[in-house]
Amino acid sequence: MKKFTELNGIVAPLDRANVDTDMIIPKQFLKSIKRTGFGQNLFDELRYLDEGQADQSCEGRPINEEFVLNQSRYQGSSILIARQNFGCGSSREHAPWALDDYGFRCVIAPSFADIFFNNCFKNGLLPIILSEEIVDKLFTDTFKNDGYQITIDLASQTITSPSGDSISFDIDAFRKHCLLNGLDEIGVTLESVADIKVYEDKRRKEAPWLFDAIKP
Amino acid sequence: MAGKTLYDKLWDHHLVKEREDGSSIIYIDRQLLHEVTSPQAFEGLRLAKRNPWRLDANLATPDHNVPTTDRSEGVEGIVDNVSRIQVQTLDDNCDEFGVLEFKMNDQRQGIVHVVGPEQGATLPGMTVVCGDSHTSTHGAFGALAHGIGTSEVEHVLATQTLIQKKMKNMLVRVNGAVKDGITGKDIVLAIIGEIGTAGGTGYAIEFGGEAIANLSMEGRMTVCNMAIEAGARAGMIAVDQATIDYVEGRTFAPKGAQWELALENWANLHSDDDAEFDKVIDIDGSKILPQVTWGTSPEMVLPIDANIPNPESESDPVKRESIERALEYMDLKAGMPIKDIKLDSIFIGSCTNSRIEDMRAAAQVVKGKKIASTISQAMVVPGSGLIKAQAESEGLDKIFIDAGLEWREPGCSMCLAMNADKLEPGKHCAATSNRNFEGRQGFGGRTHLVSPAMAAAAAIAGHFVDIREIEVSSGIES
Repeated sequence: MKKFTELNGIVAPLDRANVDTDMIIPKQFLKSIKRTGFGQNLFDELRYLDEGQADQSCEGRPINEEFVLNQSRYQGSSILIARQNFGCGSSREHAPWALDDYGFRCVIAPSFADIFFNNCFKNGLLPIILSEEIVDKLFTDTFKNDGYQITIDLASQTITSPSGDSISFDIDAFRKHCLLNGLDEIGVTLESVADIKVYEDKRRKEAPWLFDAIKP
Repeated sequence: MAGKTLYDKLWDHHLVKEREDGSSIIYIDRQLLHEVTSPQAFEGLRLAKRNPWRLDANLATPDHNVPTTDRSEGVEGIVDNVSRIQVQTLDDNCDEFGVLEFKMNDQRQGIVHVVGPEQGATLPGMTVVCGDSHTSTHGAFGALAHGIGTSEVEHVLATQTLIQKKMKNMLVRVNGAVKDGITGKDIVLAIIGEIGTAGGTGYAIEFGGEAIANLSMEGRMTVCNMAIEAGARAGMIAVDQATIDYVEGRTFAPKGAQWELALENWANLHSDDDAEFDKVIDIDGSKILPQVTWGTSPEMVLPIDANIPNPESESDPVKRESIERALEYMDLKAGMPIKDIKLDSIFIGSCTNSRIEDMRAAAQVVKGKKIASTISQAMVVPGSGLIKAQAESEGLDKIFIDAGLEWREPGCSMCLAMNADKLEPGKHCAATSNRNFEGRQGFGGRTHLVSPAMAAAAAIAGHFVDIREIEVSSGIES
């Protein structure tokens, strides 16, 4: 997995609550068997005026000029801010894959849906939860200042604005450790093989019907 | 010390190791796989040269991309190139790694969340995961079941475990008996209307109370299926005699001495009387009316006799804007009665409502009638090949066809329109599925979530009607 240590980037404001995973990456693009290439279809139904097709180039498609990511001032942004319950809906990891492939490394919102939030960490994408008031201020500052940038430092868990104001954020210790070091979570878990085997042997004795019923 | 909740017990039973950083390794008993969220996981195993930890813990079936029309040409007959490759990739991966798969033309194929319970692959007390958010369905069996992303699908394949943090406990108690004609779907939509789409975020929800205990296993699966639409990854219901009766005799359920041992083990799968929940929501079941969603989020739901809300009476600016946006997308006017919403399309199916009880409930309503001339698309999609066969043996297919509805092959179909079944732009659909997000059933499509009987009644009338005012045919087992 890609490491996340420090990020300085342009902020893009998506001023909506309950941004669902169908909105982030519509279903027709989930047919790919790869992990990459989803960026061009991120927010497809908001970004383009026509219906996007899987396996289609987006060059020449009619653009929705009003959509925030299509505005010139937000080009090259790597931090997305949004309203409450971001990422609700399905478990599709294609949602963080699409955000990452587009160039986002961090999403800030007052709250996230559980599965989406969890999926972000598997892909070096940092979701940050801040209070409604702070997110509101970030929206105001972003709208007010062209090319508004902030700096996120994961080690110290701080976000610094251009004026030098600093706010801190919470993150789970294990997830922080994995992000900072770009760790493969499966590799980390496999360090506990002995514990898993001990548990499994006990489970097999106590609940034998859970084993070998399905014959591959 | 306070007693334990059902979730506490399931968590404790599956705890392999608590780590110093506060995260835990949790053992996974069952993983269900389908074609959309598994290819990158299998590819990950190949790249890292890892093998599945336990093949007998996995069961696969294609469901999202499969056609619901003629399948006589097999996978090669899937017209959409990318859909065909995805279904073929699941077949190839299961063959290569040795995972049991019910392939597209196997009668046991169907929607994963229908197939698991139907086969007894979902059992009380299990941890069940799948790369699909509606995995919460399996919680109806007193199991800890939730959706996971593809990286976690790979993690479970490789280690038989997940890294988890314990969720909080919520009890949603639906007190009293519901009125006649009120189903699990109406109950869960009413709950979502009450607590909102983020109301359950961070919680495992246990559904309890008289109205839940009175539900069949099919109804309980419908309720747990939509826990995720209330923000909760996992929904669950205590094990009782109805659970045991449903499970007994199914293909992968324990038999003989193991069945007796399992029964002893499952007797404890309920919250203790003195268990403490972080949050308790009480809902009066007797007041729940047939529910219809009018907007673009499952929480935008109202009883059949209500009128569409006016954004001007909403004080929260974020909510007001959401209502305005939803009314515009749905092309509906504030103040309009729900009953005046005209339908173009009817979809009866999905992991929420495609089981035999759902098929019967819809058939009872349309028997001997014809769908309205204004309905341009009406399909019934059973949840599995076995349900399809059962329904046909009861003559339900003929009832639907005679009424003007299409009788399809099993799959996810127009719940999310990854196959060829799509809702056309601008059309209003009465759907028994679980999400009414913008574009969910097709680009520009407008979804209204309802129960199977309500969808069937809307098909006949051409607009929403109160199922309790409809004459329902007798003579169909229910």
